[in-house]
Amino acid sequence: MEELLEILEALRPDVDFDREERLVEDGILDSFDIVSIVAEVDGALGVRIGAEELVPENFNSARALWALVRRLRG
Amino acid sequence: MFLTYSFPLLFGLLLIAYYRLPGKAQRVLLLGFSIFCYARAGWESLGLMLLVTALCWCAARAMERWGRKREILLGCLTTNFALLALCRIRFPMGPMPVGISFYLLQCVGYCVDVYRGKVSAERNILKFALFASFFPQMAQGPIGRFDTLSRELSPGREYVRSEVSEGLMRMLWGYFKKLVVADRLAVPVAALKGSFGPGFLLLTVLYTVRLYADFTGGMDMALGAARALGIRLEENFDRPFSAKSVAEYWRRWHITLGRWMKEYVFYPLCVSRPLLRLGRAARKRLGARGKRVSVYIATGITWLATGLWHGAAPNFLLWGMLNCAFVLISQELGPLYARFHKRFGWKGKRWYARFEMARTFFLMNLIRACDLFPNPIDYVNRLVSLVQWGTVPDLGLGAGDWWILTLGTALMFGAEGCREKLSRLSPGMKWAGAAVLVLITLVFGCYGLEYDAGSFIYGNF
Repeated sequence: MEELLEILEALRPDVDFDREERLVEDGILDSFDIVSIVAEVDGALGVRIGAEELVPENFNSARALWALVRRLRG
Repeated sequence: MFLTYSFPLLFGLLLIAYYRLPGKAQRVLLLGFSIFCYARAGWESLGLMLLVTALCWCAARAMERWGRKREILLGCLTTNFALLALCRIRFPMGPMPVGISFYLLQCVGYCVDVYRGKVSAERNILKFALFASFFPQMAQGPIGRFDTLSRELSPGREYVRSEVSEGLMRMLWGYFKKLVVADRLAVPVAALKGSFGPGFLLLTVLYTVRLYADFTGGMDMALGAARALGIRLEENFDRPFSAKSVAEYWRRWHITLGRWMKEYVFYPLCVSRPLLRLGRAARKRLGARGKRVSVYIATGITWLATGLWHGAAPNFLLWGMLNCAFVLISQELGPLYARFHKRFGWKGKRWYARFEMARTFFLMNLIRACDLFPNPIDYVNRLVSLVQWGTVPDLGLGAGDWWILTLGTALMFGAEGCREKLSRLSPGMKWAGAAVLVLITLVFGCYGLEYDAGSFIYGNF
């Protein structure tokens, strides 16, 4: 989780990822941010996020994204 | 199909038989009727539909049974899109074999969903064949999803009077839009095709209204026919002329194609390895601005694919690129717009919303006119001519026809603007309205022994 938070904070230092629970629904993250997160998660964590996972529920909070990463890691 | 004289009679007989049959026999009847409709369109259309259906059914089953999903999906996509490309080359300016641009995307989407594990492969080929060929969708969609459409097509529909009457009324509304408005507008649109300056500007408006009446009229017929059979198809339009930006317009016009392109082209491109790598490199070099690079490239490729879907001609490529350019320019100007609105406070005011709608409408009309000029140079010459003065030729319609057109168009947009309110009318009022609409369509519709009601414009894409 720490590694993921580092990635997120490097991409959007202005966002409080510990607290926000509606990152996509409230428009805090846009499509550019989401694609950047997918790229960084792929590069730094070696986890490939597929097109079918690009739904708001997976990106609404750092916790949801971490749950996705764990699920994809198996 | 909807525009043949025999269709109302055949559809009436289908309805009677459908509601008399038990459970699974309803599905067999619908499949038989759908195959009959394709056969009437020509053996080539029927053969291609059956081939695509068989290919996609086998590919999905093979992915589940044998594994090697990636290879099988790639083979399936290559074969299907090669077929579509062959049709585009053989019939460059339409009409294409009926429905191929629609059922092919629907079937390919199903295969991708099976590959992603989103749906299970259908075991029963007859069930799958009905999903691929369901006759109301054959002319121009909507492009359905397997999970929702196959559920809707499940057998055992009972006769519900309100559903059947709702469906028939919607079909009637579609006939009114197609025969009274769209086909009458075909005359001035043809007369204005060679014009420049103000004539071209008028052409862009009339062509857009014609296309709207034609395409949404066909959708009303399709959704209404399905509804009369107790089946709900997805809406393909949501008042597109109320859009305040190009991006919003495309979320309201041909919704099912836009969703297909987003789910099966744009998203996979965005998360593809080459674009992810490019995105990382661009961010390192350009900082925060670099995050836009890969998304913009994916947007460009998606619009190119959307253009090619409409036709393998240079004007459709230009059409795709123009749409892409306006979407990206709006995106880039976002911060500027925000500062502008903060300074003047016009955002949210009614008059400004109207201005934004008018701006989007005229902009989309200009882009849409690409359809009419296979040679992009002709189109660019006409755009340039907008700054010159010119004359408007005789539009080929008498005063009576203009009255019918004006009132018909006002009725079309007026009624669609308050569809919610109309749906709450009493059954008696609805039937009275339907009777008036039948009368208007019979008296003022463009049809007759020497008149070719013409195919739907989108049927040629």
